[in-house]
Amino acid sequence: MDYATILQILDSTVRLATPLLLTCLAGLFSERAGVVDIGLEGKLLAAAFMSGAAAAVTGSIWLGLLAGIAASMAFSMLHGLASITFKGDQLISGVALNFLAAGLTVVIGQSWFQLGGRTPPLTGNGRFEAWNLPFAEKLADVPFIGPLYYELISGHTALTYIAIACVPLSWWVLYRTRFGLRLRAVGENPSAVDTAGVSVVRMRYASLIIAGVLCGMAGTYLASLAAGFVKDMSAGRGYIALAALIFAKWRPWYALSATLLFGFLEAIGNRYQSISLGDFVIPVQFMQALPYILTVIILAGFVGKAIPPRAGGQPYVKER
Amino acid sequence: MQKMPKWADAVLIPLFSILLAFFFSGLVIWGIGKNPFEAIKVMVDGAFGSTNGLGYTLYYTTNFIFTGLSFAVASHTRLFNIGGEGQAMLGGLGVALVCLAVQWPHWTLALPAAMAMGALFGAAWAFIPAYLQAKRGSHIVITTIMFNFIAAALLGYLLTKVLKVPGAMAAETAKFPVGAHLPTFHEMLAPFGIDFNKNAPANVSFLVALFAAFVFWILMWKTRLGYQIRAFGNSETAAKYAGINPSRIVIIAMLISGGLAGLMAINNVMGEAERLIDNAVEGAGFIGIAVALMGRNHPVGIVLAALLFGFLYQGGAELSFWESIPRELVVVIQALVIMFTGALDNMVRIPLEKMFLFFSRKKEV
Repeated sequence: MDYATILQILDSTVRLATPLLLTCLAGLFSERAGVVDIGLEGKLLAAAFMSGAAAAVTGSIWLGLLAGIAASMAFSMLHGLASITFKGDQLISGVALNFLAAGLTVVIGQSWFQLGGRTPPLTGNGRFEAWNLPFAEKLADVPFIGPLYYELISGHTALTYIAIACVPLSWWVLYRTRFGLRLRAVGENPSAVDTAGVSVVRMRYASLIIAGVLCGMAGTYLASLAAGFVKDMSAGRGYIALAALIFAKWRPWYALSATLLFGFLEAIGNRYQSISLGDFVIPVQFMQALPYILTVIILAGFVGKAIPPRAGGQPYVKER
Repeated sequence: MQKMPKWADAVLIPLFSILLAFFFSGLVIWGIGKNPFEAIKVMVDGAFGSTNGLGYTLYYTTNFIFTGLSFAVASHTRLFNIGGEGQAMLGGLGVALVCLAVQWPHWTLALPAAMAMGALFGAAWAFIPAYLQAKRGSHIVITTIMFNFIAAALLGYLLTKVLKVPGAMAAETAKFPVGAHLPTFHEMLAPFGIDFNKNAPANVSFLVALFAAFVFWILMWKTRLGYQIRAFGNSETAAKYAGINPSRIVIIAMLISGGLAGLMAINNVMGEAERLIDNAVEGAGFIGIAVALMGRNHPVGIVLAALLFGFLYQGGAELSFWESIPRELVVVIQALVIMFTGALDNMVRIPLEKMFLFFSRKKEV
């Protein structure tokens, strides 16, 4: 394996990790506030569809992004309505949202475009352009560092850089602001927050709004990358992001490394159909299953224990 | 204090929830420019209008009874087993292995063996998440989701690399021997002079599913184990003080749950395809969630809810054929049913409770 190949694999790692990272951070905000979010997959899919549809019609992916965020937000608010306002089961609501997205995107897509659930292909301004960072082309010939800068660091779309910037931003919001402290407290001990005179309901809705925006960006990224919406295009990424969230133990910086790891596994799996180690061949299906296997191992607590927010999954009932 | 009579809780709330779900489904159909009433007519005709349609409806119903019961057992323990899909996949593997291993002389011998292996494989796939939940506190929802994906990868590998017929194109096993063929409704009803469509896949598994629902009722409400499971689900601490071992109950309930999901394979793998194909479960594991929620985890409710979803599935197929409404409409209806009967339960319950309180007070005055 030469240097150029390694760079290509790492480059596609970043590409594949971007939607995972955004979705993972979405889950991080909502779960840190005590709202378990199985519905990430559905929000991702809904956002991918609406952004793809809007971008196909208007020809602008930025308008698509707005539509994608709006769709994801609508799903987030439905989740909030069921699990916060009506104190329903958060898991059931999440499962319902996933099916709702899987069904509605095809039914509506077929009705709007008659393309079997697809949107028309996105071209030109309908997709995000790659951003070339300053001096990328000039430095491309510098040995070692040049290709690294040109291939790996430069040349991604705006959302990739936004996603990476979201990591320190999330850390700062969660650990350095009053809002973040309250948000984390709502996920650990909501009655204490309530006693302090802060509305638990409002904090949880706020976390779902943030999650909605982040999932909306992730979905738009998928639609832009694939140049249009295809049925079931999220392909379990919402669940992988959920796995990454556990892997990251609900922390922003770990979320970055976990999603990069899972993106890397996917990149390897895409590039090599099977990997042979001497006589033993690792089948491609094993690579596909590896993120899930790793998550189960982490969950089993054999390698470091992942402790979820304490009040996660429980609707908050004020004592009367 | 009893806010509402028991019958209202068991019948009225699910009924209102279903009506709401159907109302919104109707809005979706109307929203894409079709006539909801026309759609219902096509669906009813397609699902019940012919013995062919009815055969498909009952075939789907059979799948959903098994997965619904599977989800319900876990639910009674307050466990959310979202892994029915993967457990049913593994059940299919068990059924396929046992059907291919022996030249079965007659289905009456093959069926019990297939049931045992299907249930065993399904239960085995549920065992690891159950063990991790009971002993290490890993959340069962996440582990069972992960196990669905691992099961899909495992079956994908086995079907393309190990079990595939050499030289064949399709990723599927060889056809099962003739002796493993389960009698279809056509064959079962012919001696009685009833002409049931020959191509409909409904088979003797339907009766097995009904029997499983009956056994489920006995187990849950008439045995010590069932009592322990329900006690544990109602209050873990109370159950502990009563001397019930929590890990034991969690693991046993999940084994039964996985076993029931695995049993589904006698219908879809042995009864219909007569070989193991890729994605044989087709989401039936997830529909089990909706079926159990709607059926309030009671076998009678589950059988009725499974019939409703069987109707939706078969009717949905007809709808895509005649009205060019995509089959995914059924997924939307399924989502709305899960949402209204499961998550938005309080939205229906609270106003109803208030209404009952209002009337009972009036009576007292």
